[in-house]
Amino acid sequence: MTRTDVIVIGGGIHGCCTALHLARRGLKPIVLEKNTVGRHASGVNAGGVRQLMRHTAEIPLSMAAMDAWERLDALLGPELAANCNFVGGVGQIGIAESAQELAWCRERVAEMRALGYDFEELIDADELKRLVPSVADICRGGIVSRRDGHANPFRTTQSFRLRAEQLGARILERTRVTGLEQGDGGWTVTTDRGTFGADIVVNCGGAWAWQAGAMVGEHFPKSHFASTLMVTSRMPHFIDPVVIGIDRVLSFKQTEAGTVVIGGGILGDPDLDAETAETVSDRMMESAATVYEFFPILRQATIVRTWAGLEALMPDVIPVIGPSRVASGLWHAFGFSGHGFQLGPIVGSVIADLIVDGVSPLPIAAFSPTRFTAEGKLRPPAQ
Amino acid sequence: MFRRLQPDDSSATIYFDGRAIRCRPGESVAAALLAAGVDRFRTTPVGGAGRMPYCMIGVCFDCLVEIDGQADRQACLVPVADGMTVRSQDGTGRFGIQ
Amino acid sequence: MTHLQRESCELAIVGGGPAGLAAATLAAELGVETVLFDEQSAPGGQVYRNVEANAPRHDALAAILGGDYAGGLALVRAFRASGAAYEPESAVWQVAASGKVGVSRGGRAYLTRAQRVVLATGAMERPVPVPGWTLPGVMGAGAVQTLMKASGIVPDRPVVLAGCGPLLYLVAVQLVRANAPLVAVVDTSAATLAGTVRAALPLLPAFAGDLAKGLSWIATLKARRIPIHKGSRLVVEGTGRVEAVTFDSGGRRVRIATSLLLLHEGVIPNNQVTTSLRCKHVWNVAQAAWRPETDPFGATSSARVAVAGDGAGIGGARAAVHRGRLAALDAAFRLGRIGRDERDARARPERTALAREARLRAFLDRVYRPAEAVRPLDDDTLACRCEEVSAGELRGLIAEGFTDLNQLKSFSRCGMGQCQGRMCAGTVGRILAEGLATDMAAVGHYRLRIPVKPLPLAELAELGHADRNDKPVLEVADGDPSQRI
Repeated sequence: MTRTDVIVIGGGIHGCCTALHLARRGLKPIVLEKNTVGRHASGVNAGGVRQLMRHTAEIPLSMAAMDAWERLDALLGPELAANCNFVGGVGQIGIAESAQELAWCRERVAEMRALGYDFEELIDADELKRLVPSVADICRGGIVSRRDGHANPFRTTQSFRLRAEQLGARILERTRVTGLEQGDGGWTVTTDRGTFGADIVVNCGGAWAWQAGAMVGEHFPKSHFASTLMVTSRMPHFIDPVVIGIDRVLSFKQTEAGTVVIGGGILGDPDLDAETAETVSDRMMESAATVYEFFPILRQATIVRTWAGLEALMPDVIPVIGPSRVASGLWHAFGFSGHGFQLGPIVGSVIADLIVDGVSPLPIAAFSPTRFTAEGKLRPPAQ
Repeated sequence: MFRRLQPDDSSATIYFDGRAIRCRPGESVAAALLAAGVDRFRTTPVGGAGRMPYCMIGVCFDCLVEIDGQADRQACLVPVADGMTVRSQDGTGRFGIQ
Repeated sequence: MTHLQRESCELAIVGGGPAGLAAATLAAELGVETVLFDEQSAPGGQVYRNVEANAPRHDALAAILGGDYAGGLALVRAFRASGAAYEPESAVWQVAASGKVGVSRGGRAYLTRAQRVVLATGAMERPVPVPGWTLPGVMGAGAVQTLMKASGIVPDRPVVLAGCGPLLYLVAVQLVRANAPLVAVVDTSAATLAGTVRAALPLLPAFAGDLAKGLSWIATLKARRIPIHKGSRLVVEGTGRVEAVTFDSGGRRVRIATSLLLLHEGVIPNNQVTTSLRCKHVWNVAQAAWRPETDPFGATSSARVAVAGDGAGIGGARAAVHRGRLAALDAAFRLGRIGRDERDARARPERTALAREARLRAFLDRVYRPAEAVRPLDDDTLACRCEEVSAGELRGLIAEGFTDLNQLKSFSRCGMGQCQGRMCAGTVGRILAEGLATDMAAVGHYRLRIPVKPLPLAELAELGHADRNDKPVLEVADGDPSQRI
């Protein structure tokens, strides 16, 4: 048996980041990854670094994450930071086409102001056109979050992994957890490549995280989904911000390489057991058509590839972050429901704070595992 | 670089980067360009290197050109049509973006 | 241009070469509603490219291409008469496990539902990543043969052929017949003449004609005083375009100036579709290539999909005809047109003929090992032509701890360009296998998804016959989380 202080289950961005922060604080984490680092949602997502239009419970975390994105050098060192292809400060924009959408934007900004947040701004058609000259004239304005941007998800996850390893963490790929048991001497984690002992276990298992919970009798929703992205060939640079729809299915950005990554609600067919997802052409029409309508400039674009990444989905669409409700020394960080990438640099630091200091300076009560019943159902909201 | 065995059946005309090229109706744009001595169909988006077709069967994508305004067309698979406008694809190609 | 967009068919065949034509002809004869989708504008595939137009001619081109090529006309005529539908200039960009086939034709994309699919996507020339292989003026030998067949175009400046395999010598002879200025042939095969003769001896009774043909090609080249060098470690020289090729031969470095260098190290299955379907594939050591695992009728591990012809492992044009017929018999059986006994009885002569072809193929595989295409790459040679990723860059990533082909792709962008990994998959796999001191079977293949041919966004936006209600419902309290990612 290999003994260490912390075992992290899952080599996605949150698993790698947790290992990185634990190692920074002097622990010797081992990450157990059943496939390869960043294989699923962490490596295969749209790469949006977005504070815009987030669930209000996530905003303090998201703001702290944004600070970390802007100081990736400090976290990763200059070379690995550059590897992430992070482009910040270009903004993410929610585009309103209809009067109703614009009215929603106005309400949303007012709500955010009332909560004390001013990073979302209402913009009119002129400002939209200034930020995104290629947008069609049918668009009336929207909301912008100017600090936002994008990064390369696979390269970012790898950079977190490499930094964690530089700091002394071990990342074991192709190592599948098959059992989790707590005894007098701490946790015993069995895998298809040997047994590990640790005082603490962190569950960053993504779409498979519920399985680790079930091993200790702690139940969570098993739901998951596979977002699909379409990627064009390299195109001349024509847009800086990331644009998303309000009601319409629209989401795209142009990467550093010049390819345009188009999402917007295209669902693949996930297969949790086969650990893959198929992309489905029938479901790409609407997204392609919206892009076509809003951005005439993309009418000649060619789709070269499609992706799908498997991701856990919580019914309230916010993650699970916090201590297990059935066992001591077990922590959860999963269930990011399709928007965990931007939180990548911060969740691991929250978990490390919780493990080492017993408390996080950031508000995470909303993410508590206690919001689920013993059977793993979401409790109805308290009145 | 290449010659035609029957030079007299070239009854169609296409325009490559402004230059008129006589070619045989129905043959591929790539064949027409090669017969006319074109050895630079595109330049690569990363290194700016010149390329010409390698495979002629739709596999290598080094014959990508802009045909009648549409970028990323495989010249080896598109038959010529009289009056067709073909441009070499430089870097990423224009995709109608100036 | 508007075309008929078929909503459904019983049997979809992808590819119009010998396997596809033979499969379509027999299936249609057996009463199966058959549609053949062909990326080319006329049936024949690469081996019989443009044969309908060329074969009836009695001119220089016909003489250059020879009798075997003209023999393809019978196959095309039988297909034309069979009642199978033909969809030319139709690129297939999806074959789903459900049988949904995505087609793009004349600027419009549509989906058609097939009960069974036979992939007859044939072969492509194995990419030969030697230093300088991306320079203009370097082409596949088969590419120049395609130019001859499709357009009657032949080289008129100095040309060198380098590589190994029967096609290399066939193209050499065709170039000579066309009076093209063939400067030299560089044979990169490791086999010696004596070894080849020894390996050929047991085949003599059955394949005297084929072996004599091969010898006559070499005799033709000798008679025309075309130098044939044994060569290895090819390097293409040139600034902006090819100027010369250099290679090791007989203990010294030889340099030959040329304006056209034609590389050929055999052909490999075109298996983009079966890979995207996640069909089970096996690494064929003798042919140094992946092939989908198939049953004796060509059925793959994907329930509705079979592969016929070179796409299921290189067997050659004659074998492809038999493999096409076997796939058609199985399709007719599965679709209820014939019984199991009839299928099996009619399969017997095809199998006998196939077994005969397999013996010749085993000989060719043994003699024409693709030595030049499988030796380790120089660090600065481009493995991925589209994204211009060098062997050295990939080796650096492997040294950093990458152990997976798709990790290399995600990080370096190799295989992400327009060719969708067709040109680099084998090369990158080889670099990874070397780096990990393992074999190709262990490193696998790129994970491929639709579209298997690049597809214009505009065509996707107007996709015909798509199921607009095909959207799973996510059980969430508020909104669609997949929208804002």
